[in-house]
Amino acid sequence: MNIIVVGIGKVGYTVAEQLSQEMHDVTIIDTDEDVINDTLQDIDVIGVIGNGATSKTLTDAGISDCDLLIALTGSDELNILSCLLAKQLGAGSTIARVRNPEYSNDLRLIKDSLGLTIAVNPEREAAAEMQRILKFPTARNVDIFGHGKVDLLSFHINRSCNLCDKSVKDAFSRIKTKALICAVERGDDVFIPTGDFVIKEHDTIAVLTPEKTAPDFFKQIGFRTTHIKNIMIIGGGKIAVYLAKSLSHLNVNATIVEKDLDTALNLSYNLPNINVVHGDGTNRSLLLEEGMKKADAFCCLTGIDEENIVLSLFAKSVNPNIKTITKVNHTLFREVIKTLDIDSVVYPKFTTASIILKHVRSKTSRDGVSGVEKLTRIINNKVEAIEFQVSPESRLANCTVQDLTLRPNILLGSITRDGEVIIPRGSDTLMPGDSVVVVTSTERLTSLDDILTKD
Amino acid sequence: MNKRMIAYVLGILLLCEAGLLLLPVAVSLIYSESTLISFLLTIGILCAAGIILIHFKPKDKTIFAKDGLFVVALGWIFLSLFGALPFFISREIPNYLDALFETVSGFTTTGASILSDVEALSKALLFWRSFTHWIGGMGVLVFVMAVLPLAGGGGDLHLMRAESPGPSVSKLVPRSNKTARILYGIYLVMTIAQIVLLLVGGMPLFDSITISFGTAGTGGFGILNNSIGGYNTFCQAVITVFMTLFGINFNVYFLILIKNFKGAFKSEELWGYLGIMGAAILAITLNIRNHFDSIFEALHHAAFQVSSVMTTTGYSTTDFDKWPEFSKTVLIMVMCIGACAGSTGGGFKVSRVLLLLKYAKKTIHSYVHPRSIKVITFDGQRVANETFQGTMAFFIVYVIIFAVSVLIVSADKHDLVTDFSGVVATFNNIGPGLGKVGPTGNFGSYGVLSKIVFIIDMLLGRLEIFPLICLFTPSLHIKHFRKKL
Repeated sequence: MNIIVVGIGKVGYTVAEQLSQEMHDVTIIDTDEDVINDTLQDIDVIGVIGNGATSKTLTDAGISDCDLLIALTGSDELNILSCLLAKQLGAGSTIARVRNPEYSNDLRLIKDSLGLTIAVNPEREAAAEMQRILKFPTARNVDIFGHGKVDLLSFHINRSCNLCDKSVKDAFSRIKTKALICAVERGDDVFIPTGDFVIKEHDTIAVLTPEKTAPDFFKQIGFRTTHIKNIMIIGGGKIAVYLAKSLSHLNVNATIVEKDLDTALNLSYNLPNINVVHGDGTNRSLLLEEGMKKADAFCCLTGIDEENIVLSLFAKSVNPNIKTITKVNHTLFREVIKTLDIDSVVYPKFTTASIILKHVRSKTSRDGVSGVEKLTRIINNKVEAIEFQVSPESRLANCTVQDLTLRPNILLGSITRDGEVIIPRGSDTLMPGDSVVVVTSTERLTSLDDILTKD
Repeated sequence: MNKRMIAYVLGILLLCEAGLLLLPVAVSLIYSESTLISFLLTIGILCAAGIILIHFKPKDKTIFAKDGLFVVALGWIFLSLFGALPFFISREIPNYLDALFETVSGFTTTGASILSDVEALSKALLFWRSFTHWIGGMGVLVFVMAVLPLAGGGGDLHLMRAESPGPSVSKLVPRSNKTARILYGIYLVMTIAQIVLLLVGGMPLFDSITISFGTAGTGGFGILNNSIGGYNTFCQAVITVFMTLFGINFNVYFLILIKNFKGAFKSEELWGYLGIMGAAILAITLNIRNHFDSIFEALHHAAFQVSSVMTTTGYSTTDFDKWPEFSKTVLIMVMCIGACAGSTGGGFKVSRVLLLLKYAKKTIHSYVHPRSIKVITFDGQRVANETFQGTMAFFIVYVIIFAVSVLIVSADKHDLVTDFSGVVATFNNIGPGLGKVGPTGNFGSYGVLSKIVFIIDMLLGRLEIFPLICLFTPSLHIKHFRKKL
């Protein structure tokens, strides 16, 4: 596909890089010449310097042949304008990043009346991810499939876990709830485990399990499941607003610490149920005074990565049982961050990138029928979990699982049929209309049929 | 530096050369010549070396700018060293240094020869000699890239940038390998068009193929002792037109291909190139009109010769060494200017000349109006300061290398015109110069050291100086040195 990415910031760069790696023809637009030149050094794309919301720049970038325009500049208005213009100039579909919470209620209206294909809101997606993690504090990352019916949980194996030093087959023969290990990370390597695979301490594993029985599953493998009652949020930015709003349904006590007085006043006005504290979140005594020791969860959402990481480490040292969630914007040093003891790390960049990728994948799908429903990347972006709908034309429709010859490093994770979750065994059959979660560490799947060997 | 990746790319390059050698093998089979053995032996050696190098399959495929320069410089040296083997093994050029000179001259699309009797070579070797022009014209790594993606990411661009002629390299389409494919596509189609037209003009098939290879790469190896002089006027005219076409920036063809005519004819370099060429043709025609029967014949030969040396091809229809001094001086000048950036031609490049002129104009302007600000544009785009600095650095290094080369070469007992024009002709990848190295002469009379200097000049000229210089820059090997100390 011909794709134009307008605005090469952190997210723009990640998206352009991913799309270029997936063999799309990417053209990038930015007003900053240096940014364009630097990007051209690193990734295989072509660049146009100029304002992406003018027809001249867009024409220079070849808008008439473009299948998809993604507007990711810092300004919501510019993004919408750029998409509007692109649509008029003949772009196939358009994606705009709209992140101002004030617009969040109007997103649907903007989408429909302006002909945007999708509008991404990275802050809201990141907040949603954090909320999922807060529901399952034991897990490092939580993703949902099948309209919330299936959870994909990643967590760290320690000594106290029942799975430790056991083979997958052994461990799961004793577990009563439905669950499936779909990926294991050990050091820098990632495995899609078979039955004989032995789980070791310090592995990070990803498990697919029905949402209802997930707490039960954790109990059986020997993890303590806690409920979050008190939560502290440092930094009152956009993510904090979205997160606080979603938490208000969950009956938790939230405290937001915000440095800027005006912002704090606004927060307090918009979120009357939340305790808003005006002060510096990096102030040690302030944190202790506001009850860091009593808090169950601690979310660091300031704009500075280093501050977030240090604060999380501090929280862990003060209160080892606290659940920390750290927002990190830069993805360059995630190998280092991985080794730190700071529980969950959320990269808003990746969240946005996977939403856009999902859209691009489902458009590139060869048969055009079995499109991608949802795509997430787990385990430091090394493994993809993709949800497909089984179409009647698919080669897999009405096949039993044991008859399928899957390509290597691919795993058929779960089937959702009429709201019922099935962890597939050899005798299960795939029916048209089912939602299937596929986990892979190597392939870039665009269609469900891709999981079969070629012949 | 990513040594494994460099070794890997070099390995692929050698295997590619082995593959390309299959064409001359086919030629020697057709003419059932005894050179077959020497080609097969070379292929065997190349495959062995290539497979050993490919064995270093790298985990990390990143290529940085310096790796790109390194790969390109080493790649061209390797290609030439191995490409010379068929001449040497077949004993048709018994001296390895002479064989290397001939091969480097081929790959760098120079067309300078040490042979006094070209017609004595067997057909297959003549074919290989011309074919090296065709490969070298667009670039070997660009060819490899068109076939398979090498480094991915920005790495391919570093390779392309290091190999392509011209001050700035831009991609035509987002993906490097597609860009490479488009470039080779245009190149191939134009070459075939020329072959067909030459056949129509009554030239034998073998001649039209080899001559077209030489024209496309702006090389200049003929297969007859009098270069192009033996063919009819129509064929000479066809060659004139195609030489001119191959000296134009290929981006222009791409823009025409996607029907962006406005963009194509906006190119300042194109008009600069055609303007200089037209002026030179006019001046020479007027100067030599008394040497020929009619003014049209004078125009014909002037046009052929100017487009031949300006695009740095180096074919000749007549011995221009016998022309008046004024015409020879004009020829030497257009030799140094060279063709457009992004074409297959060599030389200093029209775009660099235009940039330097603009810069000079701006500097003079700022003497008169010290506080005035002036932005220099090229093709409607703002020119960055770094581009000027790069162009200036290139100019300085160019002059220094030129001077040093003339100095070394002058140790052999030739006249100054021969030495000077010899360096002009090799450094700018033209081929024939004036005097003893003129259209009827050759470089065979030079000594070993001079030949080596010419070989280095040819490589420097084709690779635009910097990759090769960087290869021998200590800072790249500092660690290595420290260890030794």
